[in-house]
Amino acid sequence: MTGANGTRSPLIEARGVTKSFGQTQALRGASVAVAAGEILAVMGPSGSGKSTLLHCLAGIFSPDEGEIVFDGQRLDQLSEARRTELRRTAFGFVFQFGQLVPELTAADNVALPLLLNRVRRAAAYQQAMSWLARLGLEGKDARRTGELSGGEAQRVAVARALAIKPKVLFADEPTGSLDSLTGEKVMDLLTDLTREEGTTVVLVTHDARVAAYAEREVVVRDGRVTTLEPSGTDGGFR
Amino acid sequence: MSVPLTLLGLLEREPSHGYDLKRDYDTYFGRGKPLPYGQVYATLGRLARDGKAVAGEAEPGDGPDRKRYAITPAGTAEVGTWLAEPAEPEPHLQTVLFSKVMLALMLGRPAARYLDAQRARHLRRMRELTEAKRAGPLMDRLLADYGLFHLEADLRWIDTTAARLGELAELVRAS
Repeated sequence: MTGANGTRSPLIEARGVTKSFGQTQALRGASVAVAAGEILAVMGPSGSGKSTLLHCLAGIFSPDEGEIVFDGQRLDQLSEARRTELRRTAFGFVFQFGQLVPELTAADNVALPLLLNRVRRAAAYQQAMSWLARLGLEGKDARRTGELSGGEAQRVAVARALAIKPKVLFADEPTGSLDSLTGEKVMDLLTDLTREEGTTVVLVTHDARVAAYAEREVVVRDGRVTTLEPSGTDGGFR
Repeated sequence: MSVPLTLLGLLEREPSHGYDLKRDYDTYFGRGKPLPYGQVYATLGRLARDGKAVAGEAEPGDGPDRKRYAITPAGTAEVGTWLAEPAEPEPHLQTVLFSKVMLALMLGRPAARYLDAQRARHLRRMRELTEAKRAGPLMDRLLADYGLFHLEADLRWIDTTAARLGELAELVRAS
């Protein structure tokens, strides 16, 4: 959606979010808005609060104060059951480690979220095979993910995240455990496919080469969001 | 990029006309910045004058210069030395940034904001290179990688400096 002044409407937004863990204040009034179809990089040093911000945006953490707005509705006011449903149907996730079930095959892993969304088994596996092919994993469908290389496993994770056709893909250091060339291949595919699908991406990374795949970046420092461009406003989007 | 040494290197591969040298230079090294014919022939003239290349007899045909140039032993030695000598690391950008940061702190200006602006400019360039790289052939990808790795190194310096600005400001104030 594009507004009259040329700016795109936000699909997901954090407004003045604070979040503490015990005595540690991870977010201190963080605000950021991500437009529909935009790829946003969230950068920042270790411990700055960037992953906490992602978890709040995705409804995994509830903010102590502030609002999370997704597609016009207050995510932070939804019940846990409704947020879980949204995470299953509207959000996809790619993390650095461990989101795949190593004992299951690549096809099983990709089909799993579809089956949880009540897609019929034959259709779920057909879609899973199609996604694996789009990620260059033809012939790997019957391999257990624990037997795949790091780069292949991460491509399965991308396929699994995108198989439900999420509105927002949350990626937290998606290439953090990969070497440079393998990481590049994963980012090429992730960016190509989310652009084709029109998926909004929130990409948390400390790596400038990964952030360069995004259309825009913000930096989280001491729990607050800063835009780097001098003309920008904190947390706003162009 | 040293044009004379690159042309000399191409001559070491095989004796060539100026036209062939320009074509090969543009293909492998020009990358969107073609070498003017005038520069090719002027360079060949200087290489011949300095004894690094020799011009054969003019051959019949169209064009401004139908001489075939060949590298001399002195030219071959120069190419060998140039290739073996590591290039001087280029600390220019960092020096400029360092000067700006120090001056900003001395003048009480917002050094952190300047560093953020520089970081944004670097990231914008990295986005352009990443986009170009994804569409380009392997040679363009490798050239883009070269640029990306250098920009990344600058960014690391910017991040480190930004993290130490408070400490640096105290030093500047105390001196």
